[in-house]
Amino acid sequence: MYVAVKGGERAIENAHALLAEDRRGDTGVAELSVAQIREQLRLAVNRVMAEGSLFDPDLAALAIKQARGDLIEAVFLIRAYRTTLPRFGSSRPVDTGTMACSRRISATFKDAPGGQVLGPTFDYTHRLLDFRLAAEGQALPRPATADPVAGPVPHITSFLNREGLIETDRPGDDLPPDLTREPMELPAPRALRLQAITRGDEGFILSLAYSTQRGYGRTHAFVGELRIGTVAVEMDIPELGFAVEIGEVELTECETVNQFTGSKTEPPQFTRGYGLVFGQTERKAIAMSLVDRALRWKELGEDNTGAPAQDEEFVLMHADNVQATGFLEHIKLPHYVDFQAETELVRKLRAEGAARCQEAAE
Amino acid sequence: MTVFVPPPDLQDRRTWMGLLARARPERLAELVPDEPDSGPVILRQPEIGTVMVQGRIGAAGSPFNLGEMTVTRCSLRLESGAVGHAHVQGRSKDHARRAALVDALMQTGRAAQLRRDVLEPLLRDEADRRRARAEKAAATKVEFFTLVRGEDR
Repeated sequence: MYVAVKGGERAIENAHALLAEDRRGDTGVAELSVAQIREQLRLAVNRVMAEGSLFDPDLAALAIKQARGDLIEAVFLIRAYRTTLPRFGSSRPVDTGTMACSRRISATFKDAPGGQVLGPTFDYTHRLLDFRLAAEGQALPRPATADPVAGPVPHITSFLNREGLIETDRPGDDLPPDLTREPMELPAPRALRLQAITRGDEGFILSLAYSTQRGYGRTHAFVGELRIGTVAVEMDIPELGFAVEIGEVELTECETVNQFTGSKTEPPQFTRGYGLVFGQTERKAIAMSLVDRALRWKELGEDNTGAPAQDEEFVLMHADNVQATGFLEHIKLPHYVDFQAETELVRKLRAEGAARCQEAAE
Repeated sequence: MTVFVPPPDLQDRRTWMGLLARARPERLAELVPDEPDSGPVILRQPEIGTVMVQGRIGAAGSPFNLGEMTVTRCSLRLESGAVGHAHVQGRSKDHARRAALVDALMQTGRAAQLRRDVLEPLLRDEADRRRARAEKAAATKVEFFTLVRGEDR
C-alpha cells in the first residue's frame, strides 16, 4: 500500500527544474516547436491521439514535447487533459464508406474496383537508413499526380457480401456503452471491446494479434481491406434540431476476412474482424481487427483453446497503458510503512525458525 | 426599413456550417476580419469541450465509441435578431466565434456578400486541398499481377 508522505518539497522542485533542463537538451541545438512535432513526427502524434483517445494533433504534439518523446507519458497527459473538458455530446457514427482515401489496399482482391492505392507507406522501402535525411535543407522529391477516381470507393468486402460468402453486420443504432463513463463490465459486448482495443496500447494489441497468428487462438486472417483517409464527423445540434458537420478526422480502418468452417446455426462462410483507429495507424488497426476476431469465439461457436487473445478479461483489463503504467510505476513511490511491516514479519519468522532449530538440536 | 429575408434553406445552412467548421482558423480570420462596430450579443461564450466520435462495427453494424475530438462551440445573436451557432473542431475560440457570426450574418441581407467573400473562397481552398491530396494518392495506384508459378505449367 502506498502511504502519503510529507517533506521533500525542495527536492521535488529541483527535480522538476532539472527535468525541464534535460527536456530542452543542448541549448546549442534549436528548440523543437510543437508545429514541427505535429508535422514531422506525425505517426507519433497519431499514436498519442489513438491511445489518448482524443483527436487533436496540436495537443498530442504538445504532450509529446512535454513528455520528452515518451509516448505513454504523452498519452497519460492527454487523458488527464481530457478529463478537464465538458463533453458536448456524441457524433453520428462516421461513414467510412465515404472516406477520402489516401491509401487503400486489399490482400484478398487483386483487382478491387476503385484500385489499390499505396499512399504514403513504408511498405516496399528497403529499410536502409537514409543518411540524406541527416543533412538539412535538401530538396524534396515532388510526388507525382494522377487523376483520382471520382466519388467514394466501396468497401472491398461488400463484393463478398453479394455472394453471401461473408457474414454481414446487422446495422443498428443502439447507444453504445462507454468505458470512459461507466466501469467496464464483463462479459463486454463487441462495441465495448472495440472501444477498449482502439485506445489500447499498440504494443500489447500487436503482441496479442501476433500470438493468434502463431497459433494461440488462430483465426486465419487476411486483410480484406485496409484504408486510410479522412471522414467527416457529423453531430446533432440540439439548438438547431438537425445535424451538421463539425470537422473531419483521419482514420485507419482494417477489415479482415477470416476462415470459418460453420457451426450448428451458421453455414461455412468468411467471418470478419474489424479495426478502426484515429490517424494513420496501420499496424494498430490490423492488430485490432485480429484481436477483435479472436475475441468473437463464443458468439461464433468456436472452441476456446485457452489462448490469451480469446480471454476477454485478460485482453480488456490489460490493454490500457495508462492504467498499466499507473499500477506498475506506483511501486517505486514510498512504501515505507508497508515495507517496514514486511521487514518485521521476516525478522519474526527468522527468529521463530532459529528457535525451532535450537530446540531440535537440544 | 426592414428587408424581408426568407429563412435559409436547411440544407444550405448545414452546408455552410460544415464548411465554416472545417475551415482553417487562420484562413477564416483573414476572410472575416473583426468588425469594430456594435458587436453581436454573445448567447454562449466560446467554450472548449469534446465530442465522442462513433464508428460502426464492421463499417456498417452497430455504433461503438471510437474516441473523442476537441470541439469549440459558440452562439450569438445579431441586433437584427438572427442567431448564429457554431460547433467547430479544435480549440480555437476565435474560430468558433467567427463561424457563429458568419452563420448569423448568412441569415441576413448580407448573405450574398458573405457567400462571395467568405464561403466561396473557403470552398475553393478546401476543394484545392482535397484535389491535391487525391491526385497524389492516385499516382500511387498499383496494378498487381499474379505470376504463373512453376507447378502450374
